[in-house]
Amino acid sequence: MGSSFEWVVFTVSAIGAVLAGVMVILRRNPIHSAMFLVLNFFFVAVIYLLLRNQFIAIVQVMVYAGAIMMLIVFTIMLISVEESRRSSPLKLTPVRVFGIVLSFLFLIELCGGLFLEMLPGRRGEFTPEKVASIGHVKTVGGLLMSRFIFPFELVSLVLLIGIIGAVILVKKER
Amino acid sequence: MIPAAFFLVLGAVIFVIGVIGVLVRREAIVIFMCIEMMLSAVGITLVAASCYLHSFDGVLFLFFAMTVAAAEAAVGLAIFVLLYRTRKTVRADEINLLRW
Amino acid sequence: MIDYVWLIPAFPAMGFLFNGLVGRWWRLRQGIVAWVACSALGLSFLFSILVFLELLKLSPEARVAIPDRVLFDWVVSGGLKTVIGYKVDPLSIVMALVVTGVSFFIHIYSVGYMHDDPGFTRYFSYLNLFVFMMLNLVLANNFLLMFVGWEGVGLCSYLLIGFWFERDAPANAGKKAFVVNRVGDFGFLLGLFLIFSHLGTLTFDEVFAKAHTLGPVTVTFITLLLFVGATGKSAQLPLYVWLPDAMEGPTPVSSLIHAATMVTAGVYMIARCHVLYEMAPVSMAVVATVGALTAIFAASMALVNTDFKRILAYSTISQLGYMFLAVGVGAFSAGIFHLMTHAFFKGLLFLGAGSVMHALAGELDIRRMGRLKEKMPITFWTFMMATLAIAGVPGFSGFFSKDEILWNAFSSPHGSLFLWIIGTVTAGMTAFYMFRLAFMAFFGRYRGSEEAWHHAHESPPIMTVPMVILAVLSVIGGYVGVPHVLGGGNHFHQFLAPVFGEVSQHLEKAHGAGGQEGSLELLLMLVSVAVAFIGIGKAYYFYIKEPSMPKRAAEALPGAYRVLFNKYYVDEIYQFLFVNSTKRLGTILWRQFDENVVDRTVNVVAAIMRVLGSGLRLLQTGFVQDYALGIIIGAVLLILFLM
Repeated sequence: MGSSFEWVVFTVSAIGAVLAGVMVILRRNPIHSAMFLVLNFFFVAVIYLLLRNQFIAIVQVMVYAGAIMMLIVFTIMLISVEESRRSSPLKLTPVRVFGIVLSFLFLIELCGGLFLEMLPGRRGEFTPEKVASIGHVKTVGGLLMSRFIFPFELVSLVLLIGIIGAVILVKKER
Repeated sequence: MIPAAFFLVLGAVIFVIGVIGVLVRREAIVIFMCIEMMLSAVGITLVAASCYLHSFDGVLFLFFAMTVAAAEAAVGLAIFVLLYRTRKTVRADEINLLRW
Repeated sequence: MIDYVWLIPAFPAMGFLFNGLVGRWWRLRQGIVAWVACSALGLSFLFSILVFLELLKLSPEARVAIPDRVLFDWVVSGGLKTVIGYKVDPLSIVMALVVTGVSFFIHIYSVGYMHDDPGFTRYFSYLNLFVFMMLNLVLANNFLLMFVGWEGVGLCSYLLIGFWFERDAPANAGKKAFVVNRVGDFGFLLGLFLIFSHLGTLTFDEVFAKAHTLGPVTVTFITLLLFVGATGKSAQLPLYVWLPDAMEGPTPVSSLIHAATMVTAGVYMIARCHVLYEMAPVSMAVVATVGALTAIFAASMALVNTDFKRILAYSTISQLGYMFLAVGVGAFSAGIFHLMTHAFFKGLLFLGAGSVMHALAGELDIRRMGRLKEKMPITFWTFMMATLAIAGVPGFSGFFSKDEILWNAFSSPHGSLFLWIIGTVTAGMTAFYMFRLAFMAFFGRYRGSEEAWHHAHESPPIMTVPMVILAVLSVIGGYVGVPHVLGGGNHFHQFLAPVFGEVSQHLEKAHGAGGQEGSLELLLMLVSVAVAFIGIGKAYYFYIKEPSMPKRAAEALPGAYRVLFNKYYVDEIYQFLFVNSTKRLGTILWRQFDENVVDRTVNVVAAIMRVLGSGLRLLQTGFVQDYALGIIIGAVLLILFLM
C-alpha cells in the first residue's frame, strides 16, 4: 500500500478526471467541452506521474493536451461558430437511453472481468528499482532504438501520411 | 504503491464516459473529442498494467498509439472541415447519405 | 455360327445408323438408301437361316440347352444384374426367321411403294430401327432387354404411323397408338417389378428355373400384368383401339408392323413365359377368353366396314385373338404356328391393299372398287391365295394353323366347348368378310370414277415379286405343321416341343394318330371346313349373285347395322370415360395446383425476402452514432462471451 500522500494525489486526480470527463459530455458549448477535456488530460498526466512514468506524462501533455486539443479548438473555431449559438438541449431518444444503459452494462462487465482475473501476465524484468537506476526516459529511449526500432520508423511514416493527407484534403480547388 | 485495481477501474470509467459521449452528443467535433478521451483512458490501463508487470511493452505501445492518434486527429479534422464546406453542417444526425 | 447370333440384330442397327445419320446430312440417292436398308435385312435373314441350320444339327434336347450369347454386362446395380445377351433356342429362331424374312420382302416392296415420297430415307431408317428393336425383343435372354425391344417397337410404330405427320389424322393416330401402348406397358412393367422383387433376377433361364418358388397368387398377378402389356401391344380387348387408326400410316408399315411382327410380340411373350402361365390356370383362362372374345368382336366389326385397310386391321385383331386363344389353352406351338402363317398371308393381304391403292391413286373405299382382276392380275391372284389361306380352306397354310388352334381349344384341359364354338363362328365370319372384301374389290362391276379406271395399272415387279413369294409361302407354309391325324409329322410342333416341355407332350398324346381322339379331331376339322365354305358361299350370294342383299340386310336390322358400322361406339366411350376426365384432371392440376399452390409458394418466398430485406435495411441508417451503438453492442456481447 502506498503512502498517504500518494493516496490523496490519486483520489484528487481520479475524481477530477472523471468529473472533467462528465462535463465534457454535458456542456452545450463545444469550446467548454474542449476546455474540460484539456483538464481531463492534465489529470491523466498526473496519474501517469503517480505510476512513475515521467516520460509518458510529459508526452501526454505535449501531444494530447497540446497538439491535439489545439487542433480541435482551431477546428471548432473554423466550423461551429454559429452552431454554438443555436445548439439545443440534449434530446434523450429511446435509442440514446438504450445506449446509455448498454454503456453502464459495459462498465459493469469490464469491472467484473477485472475482478475475475487480475493482470494475468508474466512479470517482466523492469523492476522499479532497475528503472529508477537507469532513468525512465533513458529506458524508454533505449528500448525504442533497439527492440522497437521498426515500429518507430513505421510510425514516422504514419505521421508523414497524416500530414500529406490533411494538406491534400483541405486544399481548395483552383 | 496503490493497488493496480484502482487504476484499471479508473481507466474503465473514463472509457465508458467517452462511450456515452459518442452515443449521445450530436456535434461531430464533440464526438471526436470523446473518442480522444477513450484513447487516453486506454492509455491509463496500458501504463498501469505495464507498471505493475514490471514491463515496458505497454508503455511503448501507448507511445505509438499516441502518435497514431495525432495523425488521426489531423486527418479527421481535415475531413470535418471539408464536411462543413459541402454540407454546411457538422451535426451527426443530419449527415446520413451513406445508407441504402 | 451361333456365336454370331448378335449380328442378326446388328445389321439392321447399322442400316438405321447409316441411313439415319449419313442420309440426313448428305441427301443420299434413293438407290443407295434402298440398297443399304434391304441388304441389311438380307444379311440378317441370311444369318438367321445359318443359325437355324446350325440348330438343326443338334439333337432336340441340346437345342434348348444352348448357353446364351452375352455381349456385355448392361445393368449391374444392387441386386439387379442384366446383360445384353441373346438366347438361341427353337422359339427365338423361329421368330427371328419370320421377322427377318417377312421384313426383307416388305423392304423390297417398299422401295417401289415409297418411290415418290420425299421422306424415303427417313422411312427406311425407321423401318430398319423397327426390325432391330423387334429382333432384340425376340432374341433377348432377359426381361429387361425384351422390354427395351418392346418399347422400341412401340416407338417405331408411333414414328411410322405418323410418318405423314403434316396431316392431322396420321399424327393423331400415332399419338393414340403410343398412349394406348403405354397403358399396356405400365402393366408389363408392374409384372417385371413383381418378378424381380420375388425372384431377384430378370434373366429368362434363372426366372424359369426359380419360378416354382412363387406362390399361386403372385404368379397369377405377374402373368395377368404381363398379359395387360400384351393386350396393349397386340391389340386385344380393351386396348385394341389404336390398330384401326394405325392404318393412316404407309401400307407396307401396316403390313410389317401391324400384321406380321409387332402385334405378335404379345403372343411371343406369353409363349416364352409359358412356365409362369402354366402355373396360373386362372390367367390362362383369362387369356383364352379375352382372345376368343376379341376374335369374334373384331370379326363382327369387319362385316360391315367399307375401308379396305380397316377391314384388314379388324381381321388382324381377330386373328391375334386366335393366337391368344391358342396360348391361353396351353397350345403354345399352335399359337406360334398361326403367328407364322398369319405373317405370311396377312402381310401379303396388306401388300395387296397397297398395290390396289397404288393403282387407284390412294382409293380406300371398297364401294368404289370392283372388277380390278382384269387390270391387276398378279395382285388379284396373290390376294386370292392369301384370302383362301385366311379363310381356312384346306390345302392352304391358314387351314392347318387355324385348325390346330380350334382342336386344342376344344380338347385341351384348359379349353372348353364354349371357346371352340366362338372360334368356329369367328372362322365363318372371317371367311365371309374376307371374301366380301375380295369380291367387292376384284369382281363384279366397277363402281369408281372413269379417270381412276384409266389410270389403274399393275404394280411394278419390285412390288409384285415379294407378293408372289409371300403367296407361295401362304400356300406351302402350312405343310411344316400337318397334324398327325392327317398323316403328317407336324414337324413344326416337334421342333418347338422341347421349348415348351411337358404340356406339349400332353398334347402330343392327344394328337395320336387314329383312335377315338383322332376321329373326333377329324370331325371337328370337317365342321370348321364346312363353316368356312358356308361363309364363302354367303359372301358369294351377297355380293355376286344378289348385290342388293347387303342393303336389304342392313334395312332389316338397322340397329345392329348401326352399332357394327360405328364400331360399337368404343372410341366414343373411351373418349368420354378416359380422355375427357384426363383433360379435366390436367386442367385442375394446372389451375388449382400449379397456379395457386406452386406459384403462391414462390411468391411467398419472394415476399419473405422482401420483408426481411426492409427489416434489415433499418440497420443502415447512415447515422454514425447508430453504427457506434452497434459496435458497443458487439463489444458488450463479446466480453460477456469471453467472461
